[in-house]
Amino acid sequence: MADTDRPNRTIQTFLTLVVAGTVLGFLASAADAQQEGRRRRGGTQEAKPVELAPEQVSQLTKIANERKLNVDDLLAAAKTYTPSGRHDEYVLFSSGGQSGQIFAIGVPSMRLLRSIAVFTPESWQGYGFSGKDDPVIERLKVNGTLNAWGDTHHPALSETKGDYDGQFLFIGDKANARLGVIDLRDWETKQIVKNPLTISDHGAAFVTPNTDYIIEGGQYATVLGYGYALPADYQKSYRGMVTMWKFDREKGRIDESKSFAMELPPYWQDLADAGKLVSDGYFFINSFNTEMATGGIEDGNPPFEAGASKRDMDYLHIIDWKKAEQVFLSGKAKKINGFPVIGLDTSLAEGLLCFAPEPKSPHGVDVTPDGRFMVVAGKLDPHVTVYSFDKMKKAIAEQKFTGKDVYGVPILDFDAVMEAQVEVGLGPLHTQFDNKGYAYTSLFLDSAVARWTLGGDFAKLHAEQPWKLVTKTPVQYNIGHLCAAEGDTVSPDGKYLIAMNKWSVDRFLCTGPLLPQNFQLVDIEAPGTTMPVLYDMPVGVGEPHYCQMIKADKLKSWPVYPEVGWNSHTQSLDPNAPKKGEEGVTRDGNKVLVKTLAIRSHFNPEHVEVNEGDTVTWRITSAETTQDATHGFCIGAYNINISLEPSEFVEFTFVADKPGTYPFYCTEFCSALHLEMAGYLHVKPKAASVSDAQR
Amino acid sequence: MARFLEDLVGPRVPAEELRNHRLRYATPTFILMLARVLLLVSVFLPYWHMELEAPQYPNGLFLTAYVNHLTGDVREIDGLNHYIGMRPLGEAAAFERAAGVWMIIAMFLLVEGAAFVHSKWAVLLAVPAILFPVMFIADLYFWMRTFGLNLNPDAPLSAAIKPFVPTVIGEGGIGQFKTYAEFGNGYWLAVGCAALTIVGFVFHRRAYKPLADRLRGGAAIERRS
Repeated sequence: MADTDRPNRTIQTFLTLVVAGTVLGFLASAADAQQEGRRRRGGTQEAKPVELAPEQVSQLTKIANERKLNVDDLLAAAKTYTPSGRHDEYVLFSSGGQSGQIFAIGVPSMRLLRSIAVFTPESWQGYGFSGKDDPVIERLKVNGTLNAWGDTHHPALSETKGDYDGQFLFIGDKANARLGVIDLRDWETKQIVKNPLTISDHGAAFVTPNTDYIIEGGQYATVLGYGYALPADYQKSYRGMVTMWKFDREKGRIDESKSFAMELPPYWQDLADAGKLVSDGYFFINSFNTEMATGGIEDGNPPFEAGASKRDMDYLHIIDWKKAEQVFLSGKAKKINGFPVIGLDTSLAEGLLCFAPEPKSPHGVDVTPDGRFMVVAGKLDPHVTVYSFDKMKKAIAEQKFTGKDVYGVPILDFDAVMEAQVEVGLGPLHTQFDNKGYAYTSLFLDSAVARWTLGGDFAKLHAEQPWKLVTKTPVQYNIGHLCAAEGDTVSPDGKYLIAMNKWSVDRFLCTGPLLPQNFQLVDIEAPGTTMPVLYDMPVGVGEPHYCQMIKADKLKSWPVYPEVGWNSHTQSLDPNAPKKGEEGVTRDGNKVLVKTLAIRSHFNPEHVEVNEGDTVTWRITSAETTQDATHGFCIGAYNINISLEPSEFVEFTFVADKPGTYPFYCTEFCSALHLEMAGYLHVKPKAASVSDAQR
Repeated sequence: MARFLEDLVGPRVPAEELRNHRLRYATPTFILMLARVLLLVSVFLPYWHMELEAPQYPNGLFLTAYVNHLTGDVREIDGLNHYIGMRPLGEAAAFERAAGVWMIIAMFLLVEGAAFVHSKWAVLLAVPAILFPVMFIADLYFWMRTFGLNLNPDAPLSAAIKPFVPTVIGEGGIGQFKTYAEFGNGYWLAVGCAALTIVGFVFHRRAYKPLADRLRGGAAIERRS
């Protein structure tokens, strides 16, 4: 008994010990994690339920009266004011218009968070100021010539299943028909592609529901491939186009070799929108100047503004892009300027394109969140016209065409495809959607935002009759685009809407003859007729066109680059990034390589000696890993300024063709000893080498 | 020789005695076994934390010392320390960190061994584990003092910040930084190990001293007869 008992006891004791030890260990670890959680605290105060004491009410009343605020103003302030350290719920990515940039703005605070340089060199971000062969300058060149500005129009966030995924941002440059690709991990432009067919565009950028393609519609018809023709040959030689840029999500780049375009009649194609859900596989483009007016006011002809507005109807382009992709892949595209283009004849033979009449010079075409309706805003017609995708498909299947245009494109019977027309007011331009079954249309001439009800399945979501105007809120002034929270996706959020007003006139202090634009935040949370303006934000840089509003928590931005020595162009660790101990200057003939490490508050080396005429390649690694510990590096007189974000590696090359001694310094106020973060570049004059030898 | 060894490791407990007084002999063994497990677990837990607070670091900077490594914002703290001429933290206690785990394993085995030595010499085996928490603080203080007092006189802020002894435990301050240092749970496990070891020896003595006396008495009688 005792003999068998003993080993059992030993095992029992052993097991007890192991279990006890493990439990204690776990308890200790848990306590440790908790302790760490307690210690990691932000500098933001916690929100406490508000209860106003009588004296606080009288204080608030006094301030409101002194500042001439009414109760609505106080409520608007409470809805938008964002205390220090509190973050916004949404981020608005807005085009920066002629500034060539993108602006990121927090909503509801309407605070400008950052600009992102895309088509215009921007010195703070070190975008285009890194000497010879600057990759930014290289990519901004159009046919060999630097085009150092852009007219950014329509930003497009990348989508997965028709919803913003927060990974990439695209934007079109109307002036030069270019597209910029921005990686939202580091908010930096990674690629610019130039359309090989057209000089300028307008309908870019719009993405297909899984960002397989980025749609770039044209605008002013030209001879495709930068050709030449006089207006007399307009109908024969001028053409419109739409380009489908293939996006490689893995690489984060547009793959130009897998992209193609479609030739279109020389109407002035305008905005586009991709179908989604039931209408996935199609996209829709508006057009105006189906009159094919060629202007010539100087010769006594009607100017474009009149000639292009004569007809009562223009054409909504309905394009089957999935079929077009197959046609392109099967090799039926011709090449123009080396770029594959599906000819108009091929498009017609394959049934890729047809038209639906649309009222007079429309602007936006916007697909409803369920993909069932296409809303076209009339611009010169007080209605929005709603098309049903089901009806379109049926009409196409039943060949319900009323005729063909001069290029042979079949035109669908308007009444067969139209679902509803809603009279919203004067100058309707663009439409967005919320989660309560409402649509919102900007009214340029009325300077207002119209809220109207959707029909179909959306009718269940609101109390009003379908396809009816509900209310209008005046905005100041001349609204162009508008943007509701995720309002062009399959699942809009409602809540906030931005009115992008072209004119501000008297809204702000006079800033001389050039005035800022006015972004107004509109509260669309409450259904029915309540839709107040909450906030006016002056935009004093460029003339923004479109913007998109994404839930802030969808963005997975890097607080610092992942590893020291990171190359932001390749988004990987760069083998050439100087490491600690490698600092110094080496020479190979007249080529000089400088390896620099930057850390608060010094560059190493601090003296760099080169000879006049040397080609200097300078590699700098920021050894910083702390959020916001950004350095800059500039050499005056050599037009060099770069931004060295924490852990970033940057390389640049220049020819030291100006002899002299040049201070270089850190352009970011990085630390208390920021001014001391400097050094000298000594460019020895050619003649001086003789006197040196004599010495 | 055998006699000497027997004196050294103490008497073995006769089977009958063990059956009759199982609790008496099991208690010290159990406590010592538990104590050594605590010490082993402590390897995986922090021994010491320091938080540095300054206006421009709203989330603070953290330093966490384990017996064998240092984690946290070491890079940033080193970067800041270079302004006052303090050597990089990685150069401190290099031997201790390299040997830390082996020392713990050795102490683990020694305490385990102590449970099987039934003489007064057993306590010698446990001395390192008992003194370990004190040695840890002494060593930490030594390095903090050495680093704080030997600042590079050519550092950027030498004129502003004179050599000092950083606070090892509790609240301290340097420049715009406030520092808060405290022991981690690993350290408390080591303290627990030391305390349990001491308690274990109370029971150890209570169990084996009388047994040894009794057996020695018995042996003396045997020899006498």
